[in-house]
Amino acid sequence: MSALKPKHQRLILVVLALVALIGAGLLAAYALRNQANYFYLPEQMQADPPAVGQAVRLGGMVEQGSLTTDNDGVTLRFAVTGNDGSRIPVRFSGIAPDLFVEGSGVVAEGRLAPDGTFVADNLLAKHDENYVPKELEGMSQMQAAKMAEETTVGIE
Amino acid sequence: MIAELGHAALWFAAALAALQMVAGFLAVRAGEGSEIARLVRPSAVVQAALASIAFAMLLWLFAITDLSVKLVAANSHSLKPLVFKLSGAWGNHEGSMLLWVTVMSLSGGLIALAEKRLPERTMQATLAAQGLVSLGFYAFLILSSNPFERLPVPAPEGLGLNPLLQDLGLAFHPPTLYMGYVGLSVAFSFAVGALLTRQVTPDFASAMRPWVLGAWVFLTLGIVAGSYWAYYELGWGGYWFWDPVENASLMPWLAATALLHSTSVLASRDALRVWTIMLGVVAFSMSMVGTFLVRSGILTSVHAFAVDPERGSFILVLLGLFIGGALLLFALRASTINEGQRFTATSREGALVFNNVMLSAILAIVLLGTLYPLLTEAFDVRVSVGPPYFNPVSAIFAVPMLVVMAVGPLLRWRQDRLERIRPELALFAALVLVSLIFFGLVTGVAILPLLGLALGIGLGVASFLPLRGRNLKRVPLATWGMIVAHFGIAVALIGMASESAFSKERLAAVEAGQSTQVGPWVVTLSEVMPVAGPNWTAIEGRLSASYDGGEPVMLTPQARRFWAPPQETTESALSTRWNGQLYAVIGDRTPDGRWQLRLWWKPLVTLIWYGGLLVALGGALALVGRVIADFRRRRIARRIVERRAETEAIA
Repeated sequence: MSALKPKHQRLILVVLALVALIGAGLLAAYALRNQANYFYLPEQMQADPPAVGQAVRLGGMVEQGSLTTDNDGVTLRFAVTGNDGSRIPVRFSGIAPDLFVEGSGVVAEGRLAPDGTFVADNLLAKHDENYVPKELEGMSQMQAAKMAEETTVGIE
Repeated sequence: MIAELGHAALWFAAALAALQMVAGFLAVRAGEGSEIARLVRPSAVVQAALASIAFAMLLWLFAITDLSVKLVAANSHSLKPLVFKLSGAWGNHEGSMLLWVTVMSLSGGLIALAEKRLPERTMQATLAAQGLVSLGFYAFLILSSNPFERLPVPAPEGLGLNPLLQDLGLAFHPPTLYMGYVGLSVAFSFAVGALLTRQVTPDFASAMRPWVLGAWVFLTLGIVAGSYWAYYELGWGGYWFWDPVENASLMPWLAATALLHSTSVLASRDALRVWTIMLGVVAFSMSMVGTFLVRSGILTSVHAFAVDPERGSFILVLLGLFIGGALLLFALRASTINEGQRFTATSREGALVFNNVMLSAILAIVLLGTLYPLLTEAFDVRVSVGPPYFNPVSAIFAVPMLVVMAVGPLLRWRQDRLERIRPELALFAALVLVSLIFFGLVTGVAILPLLGLALGIGLGVASFLPLRGRNLKRVPLATWGMIVAHFGIAVALIGMASESAFSKERLAAVEAGQSTQVGPWVVTLSEVMPVAGPNWTAIEGRLSASYDGGEPVMLTPQARRFWAPPQETTESALSTRWNGQLYAVIGDRTPDGRWQLRLWWKPLVTLIWYGGLLVALGGALALVGRVIADFRRRRIARRIVERRAETEAIA
């Protein structure tokens, strides 16, 4: 192949770059629709559960009194509750984050098992006084408001 | 007093940046030999000195823990070790931005002092652009994040630094990344200067190249350091999470890699002029996007430490101004620049262009994946994008890129035939095929790690092929740089592939005295002890680990509890062998008194960072080679002038 005229060469370069970039963009758009990891609240997961095995995230409050440890010492079972009493059982094998306790907010990354349990690969909890997983920011306010409401019931 | 001195130095530096910008642009308009042109270089130099003074003052404030200064009170503590007091100076938003402008003004001062190759007018345009960029950042610092702000009443004690950041990794990781970002800002200024004066020449590329190389070396080091730091500090056993903050450092690196290669083509072959300018603009845009993502906290990240949404919008405005302006200038001027020399598809330029396009495509994929959660949030859908997207989609472009990377350096400039390098091609193809078959059939590795292993092995050998038939002593330093850097990519690739293909994980609850197994290791928990440090207490597990029945080594993973600020962290323990790393983390105590242990055996994982260091070393070799060659050329040029003057004097 002989060297092209400069004008043609530039045109080819531009076309090549555009094709690659548009290709990358389309591919990315296609893959993102399938591979993005969607965030669910417990009530959303109950009303419209994701496909079994699809990677999703579940965020809510760890239900008081629900946290138990299996005999192997590393499998935790607890329930995540939403704002309307909805409740999703969660199983997690691993080392829980430091500030993971009953009654605190948590985001669990994982997938729904056929039996309706959410199997988490990873737990994100509030990891210091200031940091709250972004998904829970709105939620903890709601929770706080609800708690305030409950604790002030009967006080006029 | 010290704080006020620093604050004043910052204002004066900002004023000088304004002077540098105005004088520079006026000088460009006035043409050669105008009076005002003489102001440009000195103001860049003095600005560098003033910014350094401001930064030195901040370091001083942190060293003596002056609690009347808001930033110190919010981020330091009198009981912290001195090294963390100092590194705490840039472990927060204000301090890190001050570090940014300091490095930026120092590099501006350096080009003002040292760069004499380019036409004076282009230099003035470059320095004016540099002044404009600096001015934006000074405005940002002074108006919205003044590091020297005093408290009305001095605090009795500081709040302390986030314990995750109390680590030597922090002392080096952000400054190296910033030097990379800032080096790209210099490349950006050069590109703007060259566009303004229509001087997109090989000389321009040679002047810009050391800055791109330097930026690229620092970005590489910053990414490697950050990756290793996250690996051992976060205690998740991973080295890369595709987290927005990590992507923020990867995107400028990808752009800088592309820019580096196209700059080389422009410098030595006078081709790809417009493309190089475009990449110069894109690379700096990516640093700005990176800074914006990290600083604004607009995306959830495990590494976001110094976050403030208000300031994010300021950076966004700066980003829009600089990049929008540069793109506008580019659109106006691009058509007046010739494309330069021609070449065929099967030539070294052809291969470089191909890989430039592939790198840009990967950049686009990372950028889209990083920003996608922002986009969906606008429609109130919350998503996160992780490895299931990034790994396969970027591999689609990375695989052809790696193949071309193995072959490209073997081709000649301008025009070549593949038949000429048939033996080398055959060797590469054979290595890749044999590895594919071996690892695919014998050990049954998943597709992505399999491709990584095969291409890594092929590329590792192919990267040395450009040396064939050459006298090793006469190979230029810059060529060695290329070979080492390409080999480093292969090494890192093998490390990543092997980590994902052969890692073994073990999660168990054990009593003191009990053992558990992970891969070839037998790990025994001897005892669990409470220990204390200067500002923390911890539960420490004493593990004795024996590889394949050999001499046991001691590992002491800790779960630390800091009290200023109150926070818990996991300190992993590592045992490194030549063929991999054992990674141990201690967790909680189970209700029946056992301890949770999480262990990983990661074969060849260390190659990831050794490979990264090799890449940086290659860049450094090339940089040194280029600078030496430049000095030599200057000396020769000076001697020719002297000689000519002598002959004239004699005549």
